[in-house]
Amino acid sequence: MLKHRVIPCVLLKDWQLVKSINFESYRTIGHPTSTARIYNSRNVDELIVLDIDASLNTDEINIEIIRDIADECFMPLTIGGGISTISDIKKVLDAGADKVSINSAALNSVAFIDEASKIFGSQCLVCSIDVKKNKGVYRVFSKSQGSLDINPLDLAKKYQEHGAGEILLTSVDNEGTMQGYDIELIKMFKGNLKIPIILNGGMGSPSHAVKAIQNGADAIAAAYIFHFSRFTPDDIKEKMAGANIPVRRGT
Amino acid sequence: MNELIAIVDYNMGNLRSVEKSFSQHNCQVVITNDHKIISKADKVVLPGVGSFKDGMRELQKLQLTDILNESIIRDKKPFLGICLGMQLIAKKSLENGETEGLGWIDADVVKFDFSDSENNLKVPHVGWNSVAYKNNCSLFNEIPNDSDFYFVHSYHYKIYEDVSTGETRHGEMFTSSIQKNNIYGFQFHPEKSQSTGLKIISNFVNL
Repeated sequence: MLKHRVIPCVLLKDWQLVKSINFESYRTIGHPTSTARIYNSRNVDELIVLDIDASLNTDEINIEIIRDIADECFMPLTIGGGISTISDIKKVLDAGADKVSINSAALNSVAFIDEASKIFGSQCLVCSIDVKKNKGVYRVFSKSQGSLDINPLDLAKKYQEHGAGEILLTSVDNEGTMQGYDIELIKMFKGNLKIPIILNGGMGSPSHAVKAIQNGADAIAAAYIFHFSRFTPDDIKEKMAGANIPVRRGT
Repeated sequence: MNELIAIVDYNMGNLRSVEKSFSQHNCQVVITNDHKIISKADKVVLPGVGSFKDGMRELQKLQLTDILNESIIRDKKPFLGICLGMQLIAKKSLENGETEGLGWIDADVVKFDFSDSENNLKVPHVGWNSVAYKNNCSLFNEIPNDSDFYFVHSYHYKIYEDVSTGETRHGEMFTSSIQKNNIYGFQFHPEKSQSTGLKIISNFVNL
């Protein structure tokens, strides 16, 4: 039976791994390759690395650092941030990533997902959707344009139709707060997509992961909890297993 | 002298991680589509992700099908097919019409179809899932039965000969591992399956 994944999500800025709170203040938390090495030794299910510099400054994605991180990973690695062309995807995959996370480029043109899925296959395309409540209604949030008049579930369905392999769903309101995932948001998605949903933003204790999975998340991503609490990915899985959620246990 | 292991490069995805998983072990590993190196190699690995049709087209474009047939079928070199590499050695795929494969294994490659089911199973089948052993495969030596491996695929084997060495449940049970004489295939990614996967690679190197 397929296991529910627990995925550390880390942010890259100026060659350092950082952690944001609500997408704004960034705090340096260490060197990327050593962090990747630690996660590899902890036998995590997967790793997501998002290069925030690349997406905001439309700089070239930092291939060297991706290669260094990939060299430490014997688990699946997803890279995102600033990926906007077919050649970006090729470079990132060649550097050793298994999947790419695409955000703005897909928002700008869904045809990019069509093209990318035809060339590289849906299995390596994670479409990332940031969500923020606007006057009590869930709306897609863009780092450069703010709240957009787009329903996040409609957007996810559109991405699925055009060849996305997975959806990375992040609640901007909950991100970095450690107050728990946005359960209302994942409930809205439950049963409505054929592709897996990775829920991100807000985990502060293992019970938050249990609640997210029980309400429809296929996998959960988190950052803050692994850097600023005593909990490890294994602690979270233990709690999930206790709630009869299938997880992969350490070997 | 360490054995030479050729990882076949046919423009279908991430070969770096496969190379890395081999370089942990006692062997000389090279990513190549050079016919001479492939014929000189002691063992051959065919990795790859993506579509079957593109995979076959690339193999043909690089004129690799003959050299693979010679090395694996005639010379019986140990062969490891990973993910798309396992699929390409089947008779045919039903992905967007029919595409003929290398035909070493009597199997079709078909898509997961849960359109009629109520259980909300997802496609692609992404993540860690267990493999229940069938028959005996030396590449699983010292790896407990039902261990988890990393999968990412939308198509799978429908097999017509008794060469399955492992099965996995995603809705139905499907063949996730095969062995036929010198030919080994895994639908999952040993190179991405942490220590359990690296054990498979080391078992292959030590064959």
